[in-house]
Order: sequence, then C-alpha cells, then structure tokens
Amino acid sequence: MTLQHYLIVSAILFVISMAGIFVNRRNVLVVLMSIELMLLAVNTNLIAFSKYLDDVQGQVFVFFILTVAAAEAAIGLAILVVLFRNKKTLETKEINELEG
Amino acid sequence: MDMKTTLMIIAFAPLVAAAIAGLFGRQVGRIGAHTITIGAVGLSCVLSVRVLLQFINGEATPFNENLYTWMVTGDLSMHVGFMVDSLTAIMMTVVTFVSLMVHIYTIGYMSEDPGYQRFFSYISLFTFAMLMLVMANNFMQLFFGWEAVGLVSYLLIGFWYKKETAIFANMKAFLVNRVGDFGFLLGIGAVLMTFGTLDYVEVFNQAPQMADKTITIIGDNQWSMMTVICICLFIGAMGKSAQAPLHVWLPDSMEGPTPISALIHAATMVTAGIFMVSRMSPLFEMSDTALSFVMLIGAFTAFFMGLIGIVQNDIKRVIAYSTLSQLGYMTVALGVSAYSAAIFHLMTHAFFKALLFLGAGSVIIAMHHKQDMQEMGGLKKYMPITFITAWVGTLALVGFPGLSGYFSKDAIIVATGLSDRWGSDVAYIAVLLGVFVTSLYSFRLLYLTFHGKERMDHHTKEHLHESPWVVTLPLVLLAIPSIFIGWMTIEPLLFGGFMNDAIVVNPTNDVVKEIGLYHFDTTAGFALHGFVTLPFYLMLAGFAVATYIYMKNRALASTIKKQLAPIHRVLENKYGFDAFNQKFIAGGSVKLGEALWKWSDSKLIDGWIVNGSAKLINKVSVGIRSIQSGYVFHYALVMVVSVIVFIGIYVFK
Amino acid sequence: MFGWSELVPAFPEILVLSMACVVLLVGLFTDKKKGGFIVFLSVITMMFAAILTLKDHVAGVEFTKTVIFNGTFIRDEFGDMLKVVVYLLMISVFFYAKQYLRQHDNLQGEYFALLLFATLGIMVMISGHNFIALYLGLELLALSSYALVAYNRNDLNGNEAAMKYFILGALASGMLLYGMSLIYGAVGTLQINEISQAIAGQNNDMFLVLGLIFVIVGIGFKLGAAPFHMWVPDVYEGAPTATTLFIASAPKIAAFALAVRILGQSLDVLMIHWQSMLATLAIVSIIVGNLFALQQTNLKRLFAYSTISHIGFMLLGLVGGAEGIAASMFYIIVYTIMAVGGFGMIVLLSNKGMEADQIADFKGLNQRSGWYAFLMLLLVASMAGFPPLIGFFSKLYVLKAVIDQGHIILAAVAVIFAVIGAFYYLKIIKVMYFEESETDQAIDASFDVKTVLSINALAQLGLLVLLPVLFQYCIRVTGSL
Repeated sequence: MTLQHYLIVSAILFVISMAGIFVNRRNVLVVLMSIELMLLAVNTNLIAFSKYLDDVQGQVFVFFILTVAAAEAAIGLAILVVLFRNKKTLETKEINELEG
Repeated sequence: MDMKTTLMIIAFAPLVAAAIAGLFGRQVGRIGAHTITIGAVGLSCVLSVRVLLQFINGEATPFNENLYTWMVTGDLSMHVGFMVDSLTAIMMTVVTFVSLMVHIYTIGYMSEDPGYQRFFSYISLFTFAMLMLVMANNFMQLFFGWEAVGLVSYLLIGFWYKKETAIFANMKAFLVNRVGDFGFLLGIGAVLMTFGTLDYVEVFNQAPQMADKTITIIGDNQWSMMTVICICLFIGAMGKSAQAPLHVWLPDSMEGPTPISALIHAATMVTAGIFMVSRMSPLFEMSDTALSFVMLIGAFTAFFMGLIGIVQNDIKRVIAYSTLSQLGYMTVALGVSAYSAAIFHLMTHAFFKALLFLGAGSVIIAMHHKQDMQEMGGLKKYMPITFITAWVGTLALVGFPGLSGYFSKDAIIVATGLSDRWGSDVAYIAVLLGVFVTSLYSFRLLYLTFHGKERMDHHTKEHLHESPWVVTLPLVLLAIPSIFIGWMTIEPLLFGGFMNDAIVVNPTNDVVKEIGLYHFDTTAGFALHGFVTLPFYLMLAGFAVATYIYMKNRALASTIKKQLAPIHRVLENKYGFDAFNQKFIAGGSVKLGEALWKWSDSKLIDGWIVNGSAKLINKVSVGIRSIQSGYVFHYALVMVVSVIVFIGIYVFK
Repeated sequence: MFGWSELVPAFPEILVLSMACVVLLVGLFTDKKKGGFIVFLSVITMMFAAILTLKDHVAGVEFTKTVIFNGTFIRDEFGDMLKVVVYLLMISVFFYAKQYLRQHDNLQGEYFALLLFATLGIMVMISGHNFIALYLGLELLALSSYALVAYNRNDLNGNEAAMKYFILGALASGMLLYGMSLIYGAVGTLQINEISQAIAGQNNDMFLVLGLIFVIVGIGFKLGAAPFHMWVPDVYEGAPTATTLFIASAPKIAAFALAVRILGQSLDVLMIHWQSMLATLAIVSIIVGNLFALQQTNLKRLFAYSTISHIGFMLLGLVGGAEGIAASMFYIIVYTIMAVGGFGMIVLLSNKGMEADQIADFKGLNQRSGWYAFLMLLLVASMAGFPPLIGFFSKLYVLKAVIDQGHIILAAVAVIFAVIGAFYYLKIIKVMYFEESETDQAIDASFDVKTVLSINALAQLGLLVLLPVLFQYCIRVTGSL
C-alpha cells in the first residue's frame, strides 16, 4: 500500500460525501452524515501524509478535527431538532421558504 | 483683514449657516433660520464685492494658496485651496449677490411651506458649494464643488417630494448629469495622466509643452491630447450648463420651487460649465478642434432651444428654454475664444434671468401656484412692480440697446462674426436668428402674462394682488443691475484687460480685441450704434411678430377694432397675411419646436438612451433571480460545480 | 515548551475567553427583559481587550512581532489593527443586539456569550499562524454563528437559515480542510511561514494548486464571494437582525485576515494562480451581487447581495499587488462600518412584533424623522460609493491599485456594475424622501443605541478627515507582514 492508495480512497470518500449533500433530496440527517464522512476523508488524507512525511503535525490536526467534528455534529443536530419541531418534516426539498 | 481670512469667511460662512439651519432647524425656528442664512450670505456678498473692488482698483494681486493638504499619494497631492483672480472675483460676486436676493425672496415665496428651514439650509449649502467650485485652485476641488452643487440641485428639484413630476425631474437631472460627469472625470483623468498634477497653475504652465502630445484611442489614429482633454472637460460642461443634447434635464427641473430655478437653474450652477471652460482657457486655446466643437454645440443650443421656447405655455418653462438658449450664446462665445464676452454675458444674464425667474415666481404666487400662461393675462394692473421689472428683464434679455443684455449679447454676435474658426459662419447665422427667436418668445410671454384679457378663473382673480415686499424688493434690486451693469462694465471687462490675469487667448484668435480696436469707441457710441445693426432689426422683427400675433386678438380686437373696422377687416380677410403668419411663421415654428421637442427630447434621449438600458438590466435581473431557488442542495451543487470548473481551469489546463 | 511570559501577547484572547464564560454564567441569573449588566460586561470586555491590544503600541516604543505557542500564534501590527476594528464593531453590535433582543423580550446571557466566543474565533483567525489555529478559530466562529442564527427558536425562517448555513458552512470547511491537507502533503508543514519557505520555487505542483483551489473555496465561502455566496441572502434574511448585523461585519474582517495569512503569507509563491482565481471570484461577485440586488424588496436580502458585490470589490484589491492589499484592508474596514450602520438602522426602526426589514418600511422616513433619514442617506450613499463619502474613496483606492497593475478591464467591469448598483441604493433614498409614510409610529430606542447609530453613520463623513491617516496605516501594516 503506497501513499497513492490512501489518497485515492480519501478522494473517493470526499467525492461521495460531496455528492451525498446535493444528490440526496429526502432527508437532512443524511446530509449530516455526509458531512461527517467528508471530515473523515480529510482525516485519512492527513494521517496518510503524516505517516508518509514522518511528521506528527498531521496527526495532531486530526485530533483537533475529530473534536471539532463532534461539536459540529452537536450543533447540527440541535438545529435539526428545532427545525423539526417547527416544520414537522426534515425533507430537504420542503425547506425553501427563503429564496430569490 | 488679509486676503486669506476674507476668502475663508466668504466661502465658509454659508456652510456654517447651512449647518445651523439644517441641523438645528427646529431649535432656531423659521425666523432664526432665515436670519442666520441671510446674514451669512450677506456677509459673503459684501466681502466678495470688496474683493472685486480691490481687483478693479488694482489693489489686489491674484491669490493662490493651499489651505489644507488633504492627502498625498505617491507624487499626487490633493489640496483644498483657493485661487482668486479677477475671473473668480466676478463669479463670487455674481453668485453671492444672486444668492442673497434669492434668500430674501424665499422668505415670501416659501412662507407657507413646512420645509422652510430645510430649504434655507439647502440654498446656503448650495452657495457654499458653488463658491468652492469657483474658488478652487485644483481640479480635485473643482470636481468636489461640481458634484456638491449637483447634489444640492437634486435635493432642491425634488424638494416637493410629494409631487410625482418633481421626483421624475429629479431622477432625470441626476441621470443626465452622470453622463456629463463621466466625461468630466475622464477629462480630469486625462489631465492627471498628461501633466501628473491637478493643480491649475502647474497644469497651465506645462500646457504649452504638451501641444504636440498625442494619444491613441481607437485603432491607430493619433489624437491630440489637448483636444481629448478639452472635449472631455467640455462634455462635463455640457451636462452642467445644459447644452444640447444633454440639456433635457433643465426644463424639467422647473418642477422645483421658483427661487431654485432662479438661483441654480439660471444664474449660478448652470453657468459652472461656462466658468470652467473660461478658467481652462489656457488648455482650450491649444485645440482649435475642441473650440470648434464647443462653438457648434453652443450655436445649435442657442437657436433650436429658443424655438422650443415659443411653443411652451408654462411660464417657467419658457424662461427655462430661454436660459438654454442664452447658455448657448455663452458657449458660442467660448467657442470663438471670446471668453471675456462669455463671462460678461454670464454676469448680465445672471441678473436679468434671475429677475425674470423671480418675476415669474411673483406671478405664480399671485396665481396660487398656477403656471399656465393661457390662464393668465392682464396682470399688469394688479401687480405693477412685477410688471415693470418683468419688462426691464425682457428688454435686457432681447438685447435692447443700452440695457445690460445688449452689450453682452452684441459683443458675442460681433465676435462670432469676426471669428475665422471653422464653422463660425454657421454659428453666426444661428446667433443672429436666435435674436429674432428670443425676442419672439420673450414678448409673447409678457403679452400673455401681463397684457390682454384676464383669462383666470373667478376665484383666483378675486385674490390677485401684488406680492409682499420681500418678493418685490429683490426684483427691484435685480432690475437695477439688469439695466446698468452692462453700461458700467463693458469697457473694463472686455477691452480694459481686466481679466488678463485669468484668461489666456491666442493673439490670432483674439476677436474681442478686434472688436475693441475696430468696433468699439465709447460705451455710449457702442450703445447708439446698436440701433443700426442687424440684430436690432431682428429683435424688432421678433417684437413685431409677437405683438401682431399675441396682441391682435386682444388689444386690437377690443379697442382698435371698432374705430378701424374697415381696415381691420381688410387686414384680416383680404390679404390673408394673417393665415400666412399663423400657418408659416408661428405655426411653422410651433410645429418645428414641437417636433424637435418630441423627437430629440422625449423619444431619442429619454426613450432609447436613458430608459432603454435601464429596462434591459431590469429584465436580466428578474430572469436570474430563479437561480437562487432556496434549495440547499442546489446551493451545494453550485459550489461543487464551481470547484470542478476551477480545477478544470487551473489543474488540468 | 513555553513559560508564562509567553501568555502575555495572548492576553486579549485570554480575556475574551474568560469573560465569555463569565457572561454565560451571569446570564443564568439575569431576567430576560433586562440584561443591561450583560451588555455592560460585554462592552467592557471589548474595551479592556482594546487596551490590552493597544498598550504595546505606545508612541516611541518599537513594536516587535512576537510568535508564541510553538509558532501557532502571532502578534503583529496587521493583526492588532484588525482586532481593534473588530472590538469597535463588536461594541456597536452589542448595543444593537441589546435593542433588538429587548424588543423581542429575549435578552439572554447566552446570546452575548456566543457573540464573545465568536469574537474569540475571529481573533484567533486574525492571529493564527498555523493551519490548525486558523481552522480552530474559523470553526469557533462558525459554530457560534450557526447558533446565533438559530437563536429565535420558534422562528421558522431562522431555523431554515441556520440549517442552510450549517450545511453549506460544513461543506465549505470540509473543502478548506481538504485543501489544507493537500498543502500539508505537498510541503510537510502546517506553519504559515514554513510553508512559504518550503514551496519557494515550486509553483506548479499539482497538489499545491489543487489545495489552493479548495482553500480558496473555504475563504470565498466565509467572505460570501460568488459563486460560493448562495447562503448569504438566505441567512441574512432568515437570521434575527442582530445576528445578521454581526455576520455582516466582524467575520468579514476575519475572513480577510484568513485570506491574507493563507494566500499572502504562506502561499505567496502561488500568487499568479490565486490572483487570477480571486479576480474571477471578484468579478463574478460584483456582477451577481449587483444584478440580484436590483429586484429585492427585502432590505436585509438587498444588503446581502450588496455585501456580495462589496466583497467582490475587496477581492479585486487583493489582485492589485502590495498596495492593493492595503486598499482591500481599507475597503473591508470601511465596508463593515457601513454594514453595521445599515443593519443598525433596521434594528432601530423595528418594533415589537414588527421587523422593519422591507424597503417599504422606510417609506417617508424623512417625515417621521429627518435625522435618521439623513443618517440612512449617508450610509446608503456611502455604500453606493457616491463622492465625497468614505465609501467612494475605498472604491477609488481599490480601483487605483488594480489599474496600476494593468487590469483595466477588471476595473472597467467593476465600475460599470457599481454604477448599476447605485440604482438600488437610490431606490432606498427615493423611498425615504419621496414617498408617503405608512405609519407614524415614533422611533423608540434607548439613547445609547441612537448615539451609536449616529456615530456609525456620521463616520461616513467624519472618517474623511482621518482618511489619509487610516490608509497610511493600512499600507504600513500590510507592508510589515
């Protein structure tokens, strides 16, 4: 397994997660999952580079990203909860009051 | 008091007054507001006159000093500074004097208006801006004054903001002036590019070395740099001084209160362009092409705008078109290098046109803010002072020998005739015919308003009376210079070399000097000579035609008709001159005027150029709104697609 | 490792962090309708932070750059100047927020705590000297902003705006991180200054250019530059006005700092690439912002699009070389002052249960209050760039820098669209002065808010006096980077 393999995996993950955000039109929860996936793709990238370069900074960065991802998920879910309480739905295509 | 302090007081007293009246309007009240502003402008006026007298008596030397260095970027520095020489002194005096009259007049005219303090604040602010414009010693400050007078002018045109037409006029003035300002800015930019400085003196000193400099604009054609600069600057002047085809805003601006029409749209702001070109005479003198352009634009405006004046019924609009025409005269004078004649006409015109406007305002007050001349008539017995001063103003305007307008206008006509600039023949014919037209619409206005049958409704008629003294006093005070100012000042101003420190004329172009040598002996002689020249007869012809057409059905019909019934019948029926006149001279002019108005003003300029592009942009804007769909996945898609496009461009190029 | 003395340069940040916690605690014991003490604490925090920041800049004492925390944090003149502007902006944000939240009977400690946390995020973004620090600052700001947008829990528009902001924001920071990881892979370090040294000479590495593109997406998103602007109008409109006011101001400065740190300081070798990318973003932003704004009837939405076009102008400056960066800095500072004032006016005119966020709500403002109409006139005219207001000069500097670099077409397009833009600003002025008011409700606001607003708007004129000084500072601090 060389660096390239890791990079390709993370690139594929990254593309899947981006696609997850705009292809999926049903549920906002799936979008949150895509976002997590995207951060993981980045983490894979960083770890691969860190190992390859034999430099610890990349791994430190990953720890920070993981922590922030947790906070981000918490805020995202909180917003989802208030939205659901008012709107009674989480379908992405229903959420377009603000436009133009 | 030294010169610097004096000039500071002249410029800034109106600003302080404007700030007080504007910001503390409620606290100082109506009386406070007008006392403060009139006091400040009065002070400016007195000091300006003093400065002018010092120049006349040769006690003062041209003043040029930077007061405050505002910014230095690279080798460009921007200053606030004053340059005061004879030209500036004249402008300052005219501006402050007319402004003072308008301030006083406003007390009466706006007495019932709720925006009283605001109005005084605006006109004082305007005075300040105008003074900054004329006293500037660099292009930057000139531009500041230029924009500031424009801004106040928009505020004032739209002063009665509840009036739909006023808002429209306001917008129109704004848009049209942007076109002019664009040219003006380009001109200033070109000056900066060529000379590397914005200071007047430095630019003028360097100008002779730049005569051969050229610039490539489109293709490989070489353009003289001076021509480009001058034409760009003049486009700015065309906007502000309402020269065709950028004149369309001025008639509409009559929607504003009358004192504004007198102050801004007749006497001061619209002359800013004339002043600017005179100030820039060292540059303009270097380009015959630019001067020819200036002259032809002026000639076109002078004649054709006058024609339109004949068919208007709104009393203020007639005067507005007349203003356009007179500005055309000044522009012609600039074009034939007779700068001093242009400034001379500017000055006399400021007095008599302000007089006419304020007279019209007085009539409008009496008519309860009705402006249609068809509903007036016979006002002379109700308002004698207004009537007499209006006659004075009109005689000055049409150039009756001896009155102020005669001297200045005749100087322009003679100068145009003497000029051998390319196209000056056409301009000469235009200004000559213009005299006839001027006379025709001016007397028509007088007749329809003050003479003849009283056509107003019963209610208005009952309340007709002369305006209060605050209105009539400025009329009288303006009537005096309208009569005498030309007589008193023509010799020093045109031939005495009074403005030699400010205006530069190539010896080969100097038509004014030629007039002085061959056509001018003494002032009285010049005035008497006026009775035997062509313009005088053209003026008389205009008078005759106006009298004939507009008095015939009234004075003739009612009194002379009975006694001279047979002759009258002969005149009316047998020769058919009547129909001929109506149809060809009056009717023809009417038709031509209408056609011009309809075509050039409303269709071409308003319809296609101004409104057309705005419509297109609006359509695009409505169309693209649907892109912002509100769906978050669309937004994400746009982001991702943009990233892919970027990658496509920069990584896999 | 570091000693205690290393903490000294970071005192402003430490202060803001502690005070954010204090405000959060105090908020628990405060009545929803009062809360004056919270505002007081927040304002005092900013003032002390300003003192702590400025105390090292006393005349006569040479200021030296300090890099602390193993190179992750930098104190320099550039950062300090931006921070001081942020403090001033935040002080006015606090006052407007107080007014707005009181109107809605919803003044709670957490709102101000969140604002303080966001400020901390901004400060870290300004001072970050390492990709990790920059990212943490950015996320701290972003997460606080999401919560601030969703602050009115029962307002459906607010929820929707928060949701959109969150999803797109997360997507953007994901892209930014991906870009950072690629750059890390290419150069092997996350330190700003080390990256610059490491990439010297290799300006065509595919990883680097790819990384650069993703980083620019992140920055572009934060700034709200087209085509990454789609969130801006929806969030501006949906969020509580107090939050909109915040989002439109201080974070833009942070994003500017981020752009300068990442692009100008670390990726300076790739300048040819990022200049042309930014030029694209700038022109698209100016066009999109002005065209979309024309048809808007909601003032918050209109300002949102106008923000986009202003950001375009700011980005244009970054294309204009060294002087251009100074011009950009000046532009963004001036812009944030105008934006705070503009939204502040909406807050001022709003009443309980009624948000004055439609253009129609400004009808006949001149009759209701000439003074506020005049202030709004100043703000709007300055945004439109009418001379002689400060907004005109900020545009002028940018255009000058861009033209000096020979990008005449860019400048011409910018000017044309700025002129088109003047139209919708004029529409506001027209409505205020020439239309009949629909309500004669008195303007109800406390004295301090009125004062802040007046200062804010009069700054459009007053800053003219300071104009040369301010611009000189911008040149100096960007030159000392």
